[in-house]
Amino acid sequence: MRKSVANRAGLFFAAALSTVLLKPSDAAAHLVTTGMGPVYDGIGHLLLTPEDLVPALAVALYAGLRGRVSGKRVLFFFPLAWLLGGLAGLFAGSMPTFPLSAISFLLLGALIAADLHLPDNVFTVLAAAIGIMHGFFNGIALKTGPAGLGLLGIMATLFVLVAIVSAFILSLKPPWTRIVVRVAGSWVAAMGLLMVGWFFRGQG
Amino acid sequence: MNFYIWFLVLAVYLVWAPSVQAHVQQGQAIGFITGLEHPWSGLDHVLAMIAVGIWGAQLGIPALWILPVTFPMVMSMGAMMGLLGIPLPGIEIGIAVSAILLGAMVLGEVRPKLFIAAVMVGFFAIFHGHAHGTELPAGQSGLLYSMGFVIATGVLHGIGILIGTIHRWPVGKMALRGAGAFIAAMGFFFLWQAVA
Repeated sequence: MRKSVANRAGLFFAAALSTVLLKPSDAAAHLVTTGMGPVYDGIGHLLLTPEDLVPALAVALYAGLRGRVSGKRVLFFFPLAWLLGGLAGLFAGSMPTFPLSAISFLLLGALIAADLHLPDNVFTVLAAAIGIMHGFFNGIALKTGPAGLGLLGIMATLFVLVAIVSAFILSLKPPWTRIVVRVAGSWVAAMGLLMVGWFFRGQG
Repeated sequence: MNFYIWFLVLAVYLVWAPSVQAHVQQGQAIGFITGLEHPWSGLDHVLAMIAVGIWGAQLGIPALWILPVTFPMVMSMGAMMGLLGIPLPGIEIGIAVSAILLGAMVLGEVRPKLFIAAVMVGFFAIFHGHAHGTELPAGQSGLLYSMGFVIATGVLHGIGILIGTIHRWPVGKMALRGAGAFIAAMGFFFLWQAVA
């Protein structure tokens, strides 16, 4: 009789414990989880976040417009700066409410649309600054998820992205292709302006 | 007895629905598609954008690319005005007049100074942008909506430029002028609708 009561109590305890342990918790994360590990999660995060992807493409477009020297420098410094910013972001607090990435959209879009000839050194510093800023935000976003490995995935993707896009733009010879790139730049700048607008409207 | 206990546990698992908070970024794709569709949803927008492209093609380089570069940038300023709640009176009238004047420019193959052409296109872009900027449905991503409508606007300009490439043939020139007349006539129709 005692044994039977003990069994029942044990079963009830096991049931209660397993219910508590297996209860699905609130899902409050925004991160992309690919199910293929943290590196791929980082890659997915970059490719599915237009706030980061568009400025990265814009850096590559402008590097392609500027030529080989800019392209080579940005190819290495931009992903590296992004990684460093990301590592700093892993230890930071929370995201700023103002969409600072709008500055990247505006600045890079205007540079591309105007086809402004920035000196190579200035552009390298600018690209590094943009990389640090976006990387920093990525670091904050990824610290509860894929963290450092995710940042490595992002850095590798940026390297490939910048290499392919800037080399492609550099290889374009007909004058009208340069115009197409400049038009794309005007679109990026327009999106940046609108990001600021949405922020003030509270719907960004 | 054991069966009942495990049945109870299983039932608790199945019935205990978890609360999901913002796991899915809702409205992202919809925002982009809504933005992409928006410029196509009104014939007044469509005709004005295509007219910008055709006029640019008639004017040739550098107007060919300066006008389509000017338009989205100034349009976004107009959209920003709308987002900030800055009122712009007579938006529908402004959009209708843009179709009339841009159609007239194409019809007459008017060749003003580049600066004047850019200012004119930019001025009307404010009206189009204001209309776009105030019409984002609730719950959708502002950035992706913006991306959608900026890209759609650019595509419409591109279509105008492509149509404008027939300008190299005499028959093509006549056809473009006919298109300009059609756009201007539709502009008068939109104006009538706006003031009626």
